[in-house]
Amino acid sequence: MLKINNLHASVADKPILKGLNLSINAGEIHAIMGPNGAGKSTTGYVLGGRPGYEVTQGSATFDGQDLFELEPHERAAAGLFLGFQYPVEIPGVSNLQFLREALNSQRKFHDLPPLSGGEFLKLAKEKSALLKMDMEMLKRPVNVGFSGGEKKRAEMVQMGILNPKLAILDETDSGLDIDALRICGEGINAIMRKPDKAVLLITHYQRLLDYVKPDFVHVLADGRIVKSGGPELALELEEAGYEGVVA
Amino acid sequence: MSNLPTRKAEDWRYADLAALEKLWPLPDAESITVAAGDSFARAIVNKGGVVRLSLTLEAGAKAAVHVLNSADAYARIEIEATLHEGADFTLGGVQLASGAQVAEIVATVRHMEPSANSRQILRSVAAGTATASVLGKVYVAKGADGTDGQQSMRAMLLDRSATANARPELEIHADDVKCAHGCAIGELDANGLFYMAARGIEPARAKALMLQAFIAEAFDGAEDEDHLQAAAQAALEALL
Repeated sequence: MLKINNLHASVADKPILKGLNLSINAGEIHAIMGPNGAGKSTTGYVLGGRPGYEVTQGSATFDGQDLFELEPHERAAAGLFLGFQYPVEIPGVSNLQFLREALNSQRKFHDLPPLSGGEFLKLAKEKSALLKMDMEMLKRPVNVGFSGGEKKRAEMVQMGILNPKLAILDETDSGLDIDALRICGEGINAIMRKPDKAVLLITHYQRLLDYVKPDFVHVLADGRIVKSGGPELALELEEAGYEGVVA
Repeated sequence: MSNLPTRKAEDWRYADLAALEKLWPLPDAESITVAAGDSFARAIVNKGGVVRLSLTLEAGAKAAVHVLNSADAYARIEIEATLHEGADFTLGGVQLASGAQVAEIVATVRHMEPSANSRQILRSVAAGTATASVLGKVYVAKGADGTDGQQSMRAMLLDRSATANARPELEIHADDVKCAHGCAIGELDANGLFYMAARGIEPARAKALMLQAFIAEAFDGAEDEDHLQAAAQAALEALL
């Protein structure tokens, strides 16, 4: 589904990714772990197409399409969902309006008719219930006044509604208390653990992986993957630390 | 004023004088007196040219004026309000300027007697090489104690080549007065735009949504709010 080959990327002319290789197939859940500054968030932003993150070498294909040929909104419409470590506040635009625009914009891209207000609300109710999020929250402006945990849950509601093929989740576990962590973890499983979908979890800690069991774990250090393994690698990291495992 | 103004005149400093020359001489301002205790509401959609309105609010009168200034030519709205005891005046204004257009709102509110309130919420959006200016003056006469005058001016520049001017002005001759004014000129939040794109919203649509949110406050509570918001939205979409 996603094939990253020798990816190099810079931010403000500073090389961050230095030859990243990664291949993710449908039905798989991968986790990228690594120390601060290794390039984890950059990986997500480069794949999502954030301005200022410049690809200098290498390639990435998503379902056979050259990802870097697509604009950010086209990548989303193609089925790529980027979960933000710090979800952005958009004053004056309600979550419901935002999501309906997003969903219908993606449908338009695939020549599908827009969802009616009623159909959309039904979907929004279903997905917010899955994440135990009060519908009233969705009437409020996007992320404005939300706690860290509420923002992350709102992201998972967005993911549920937009129903992507591939979710790249950047530190979805940061800022979550134990209950919210479990709810988000279960949400990820319910929405994304399917034979035709895949997930790339970007995280510092093992704890999210207790809920969302990865098939593969990769250690990212200094812009490239230095070690890959199964779920046991995450436990090993937790015990020995990055230095212990990478050295 | 019979002669064409020059840039030296404060109120005409940012005007499109070449366009103004063709409109000169301007008709007198429409003059309206709101009788004591009465209410008045007016929505003005200016599609070009100069609109002038002069209001006198007698004791306890209320007036709400909402304006949308958008055109492909010079567009100027002048509002004057003179407030007597306990009067209440609201001005909500939006201007959308594109191309090489000059749009401006010039508002003068005079608190002549005690305990009157005024609120001005003015939002400008400028694209291309357009200029959007807001000149707002609040004058509080001697003895007009208990005045509450608020001014909020914000502008959004869509291109680096666009210009926004905001000039809030207070002239206060009374002691017991609450006057607040704020102004800010900025650009659309790049993080917000990327967030929307990452969810699949096309760039032009994302901008429209953010700008709609930006201007909405100016029309909050307007008698004809739905119509104004719709007209503003149509103008916004044309601008993007």
